[in-house]
Amino acid sequence: MTEAPSADPMIELRGVHKRFGEKVVLQGVTMAVPKGISAVVMGGSGTGKSVLIKHIVQLLTPDQGEVWVAGRRMDQLRGDELDKMRLNIGYLFQGGALFDSMNVYQNIEFILNRHTSLNKAERKDRIMEALDWVNLTETSKQFPAELSGGQRKRIALARSVILAPQVMLYDEPTTGLDPVSVRVVSDLIVRLRDERGITSIAITHDLLCAELIADYVYFLSEGEFVAEGSLADLEASPHPELRNFFGN
Amino acid sequence: MQFRSVLHRDAGLGQVMLTRIGEFAMFIGEFLRRVWRRPFEGRELINQMDEAGSRSLLLVTVTGMAIGIVLAMQSRGTLARFGAEAVLPSMLALSVFKEIGPVITSLVLAGRLGAGIGAEIGSMRVTEQIDALEVTALKPFHYLVITRVLSCSIIFPVLTIWTDMVAMTGGYLESVLSADMDYRIYISTAFEALRFSDLIVDTLKTSLFGFIVGIVSCFLGFTVRGGTREVGQAAMQSVVVSSLLIFLADVVVVRVSLMFFGSI
Repeated sequence: MTEAPSADPMIELRGVHKRFGEKVVLQGVTMAVPKGISAVVMGGSGTGKSVLIKHIVQLLTPDQGEVWVAGRRMDQLRGDELDKMRLNIGYLFQGGALFDSMNVYQNIEFILNRHTSLNKAERKDRIMEALDWVNLTETSKQFPAELSGGQRKRIALARSVILAPQVMLYDEPTTGLDPVSVRVVSDLIVRLRDERGITSIAITHDLLCAELIADYVYFLSEGEFVAEGSLADLEASPHPELRNFFGN
Repeated sequence: MQFRSVLHRDAGLGQVMLTRIGEFAMFIGEFLRRVWRRPFEGRELINQMDEAGSRSLLLVTVTGMAIGIVLAMQSRGTLARFGAEAVLPSMLALSVFKEIGPVITSLVLAGRLGAGIGAEIGSMRVTEQIDALEVTALKPFHYLVITRVLSCSIIFPVLTIWTDMVAMTGGYLESVLSADMDYRIYISTAFEALRFSDLIVDTLKTSLFGFIVGIVSCFLGFTVRGGTREVGQAAMQSVVVSSLLIFLADVVVVRVSLMFFGSI
């Protein structure tokens, strides 16, 4: 087993490789995100961005390389230990992934029921507080199909932080949203970092979102990072792929 | 050259089929390994039984009534030609309880529940709801698969008994209208031909059919990759594969039961 990295990086990937059959998706991705930092991974479609963050919660396991979160090696955890770590990581899925058969309130209560010993009144307080945080208390009785794309994302965000995770992963948090909703969702992400000190990685190709939330940006191309730094650094990069991406 | 490419394509198809069969075997193994382990999703199991049972009741009632009436109408003329009209209730009971009731009920339920389970779990897969369960440590295999497979295994025999009873009632109604048969004669003639072992084996085999429908539909839904088109295919394949496996399993169960209990 490899020696544990310093406690400083909250999330760390070391030389992660992944392939699906003949298709190589990640080839030696290495990154370290310190505590309280909001990192953004950018890149074109199909470059392996979503595959990358799925490794952090072990929805996928690397063919080679290591994944560390809060000093624990995720790719070697199994069973209850993995579950315990996963509860410390919130995940906002691209489409929200709200449970269709449950209304908004039940979507959040379902998780509290399973992982906390709160009584009914305490659960209600916690859920209404979360819905108030995303400014959607009035939707509690509505079903996901009755919500707009932006509302679904905000409810999904409220659900993913209901257990107060230390780490958040955002998979295309603003894709398909109008510019107003992009700002609303991005502001919530920034508040999570500033008010709760949450460390995060966001996958996006939305420049406005990246501009609003990024402390540090990685650019993924053909399974490896070709540039990293501030958004301004990347925008000024002479790398042809980045010039093309930023429209320079 | 063309022949070679056809061979190559067929070899590819064969490989895909073998891979899927292997995955299915592993999925069944996973079910058998996890079904004894926590968490036991009792509440969800009851929800699923309610969903599968109460919402299928009208369908199997209509099916049972139609089976009983049609079987009685079709058989009456033939039996009358041989002067054997009196054995109609026995013939109905044997046909309904031993074969037609269990198999037709299971096929009807395969259509209704198999398609529903395949489509529901498949759409949960493509909209990342299953991943969302996984990352919140909610064990989707226990919550979605085990509950549905168990609920099918439990509810199939229950609904089969109901269908059998309704079919016998349908046969009685036809007998009253056609021959003004007394219900006491109908019941005693019907049940004197049946053995208790027949009733038990032929009703309980539907538990196996329920297992087949549940596990096939869950497997096809759980392993969907792609979008809505693939979800539709998973729903359709759930019905087709379940129905075929029900017929195959029926042949095996009948053969085995004949070995143990003999024919009537």
